[in-house]
Amino acid sequence: MVTVALDLGGEKAARRWIEAAQPEHPSLIDHAHVLDEHLGIVNVPSGVWIDEDGTIVRPAEPAFPHRPTFADVELPPETPAHLVETLAEARKIRIDPDRYVSALRDWVAHGPGSRFALTPGEVVARSRPRDADHARAAACFELAQHLHRAGEPEAAVPWFREAHRLQPDNWTYKRQAWTLVDRNQGRTGTFEGSWLDDVRAVGAENYYPPLDMPG
Amino acid sequence: MIVTGTRVGLDELEARTGWSVKPQGACKGEVCVPLPADARPDAGPDAGVDAGAAPTVDVTILAERLGMPVVHDADHGLWAVGPETSITGRALSTAALPDITLPTLDGTPFALGSLRGQKVLLLAWASW
Repeated sequence: MVTVALDLGGEKAARRWIEAAQPEHPSLIDHAHVLDEHLGIVNVPSGVWIDEDGTIVRPAEPAFPHRPTFADVELPPETPAHLVETLAEARKIRIDPDRYVSALRDWVAHGPGSRFALTPGEVVARSRPRDADHARAAACFELAQHLHRAGEPEAAVPWFREAHRLQPDNWTYKRQAWTLVDRNQGRTGTFEGSWLDDVRAVGAENYYPPLDMPG
Repeated sequence: MIVTGTRVGLDELEARTGWSVKPQGACKGEVCVPLPADARPDAGPDAGVDAGAAPTVDVTILAERLGMPVVHDADHGLWAVGPETSITGRALSTAALPDITLPTLDGTPFALGSLRGQKVLLLAWASW
C-alpha cells in the first residue's frame, strides 16, 4: 500500500497524522493535488488499484478500510450546534468498508482472475467524466493553489471559487479551500457554501457514489 | 501546469503534461494529434529561435489543439494549463499509472513507478 496526502498544507498538515499511524508503507505528500488531476480523485478517502505492471485495474473510488471511528463519538454537551449537526449529517453518509476490503483481498489473492479487476478499457470508462468545465476547474484550482503557496491567499480566492463553480461535485476542491479559512469547513464570507450546507443539498447518502462492484 | 510565459520547452511540456511533440504531432501514450503549423516548435514571430536553444512551443496554441483549457491571471503573469478532454472525455486517457514522483514526509522523492512488481493499493487521504 502507498498512501498519499492531498494537502495544500503539505508536510505540516500531514505530519501528525502520519506519525500517529506509524506506517510501514510509503506515505507521500501531494501538496499540489497532482494526483487529483491525473487520477480523477474528487473526494477522500479514494483508492486506486494498480497491478504489478503499473496498470490501473480499478480507478479512483471511495475506499474505507473500516467504519469511521467518528460514527460512534459522543460529543460533550457544550459542543457548538454547528458541529453537532455536522456529525449528525456525517453519520448518514453511506459507505461499505466490508465489501471494499473483501474485494481487495480477492484481487490480492487472484490478480487478473479476480472478478473485481477491470480491463484497461473498463478502467478508463469508469474514471471520472471530464468535460471542458471540469478541465477548466482543474486549471483554476491549480492556479489558486499556486497563488496560495506563493503567499497570495486573497488572490487565490477567486480562482478557488471559480473551480467550485465549474465543478460543484468536486469535494476535494471545496474541502481544501474551506479548510484554509475555517478548519471546521463552516460558513464563511470567503467561499460559498459549507460542508454541512453542501452535503445537505445533495443528500448525505450521495456524498460518495455507491461501490460499483459485483455483489 | 503553471507557466509564466506562453512558450514552454518541449522537455518541460512532456515532464509536466505527458505530451511529447514529435514529427507526427503531439503524442501521449498511443495517441498522436497532428499539430497546425503555428503550434509547431519555434513557430511564430515571437519564437526567437536561437541556434543553440532548446526548442519551445506556444502552449496556448498547443492547448487549444489538444482540448486543454488555459486560464490566465494577468495580474500575476501566470497561465494555468488544465488537463486535456480531447482523448477520452474521462480523467484517465489510459490505464497506465502516470509517472508521478511525490515526496515522503522528510522530503525524499518517491516514484510511484518504483512499486512495479507488486500489487499496489494507492490510498488518497487528507487532513481536511
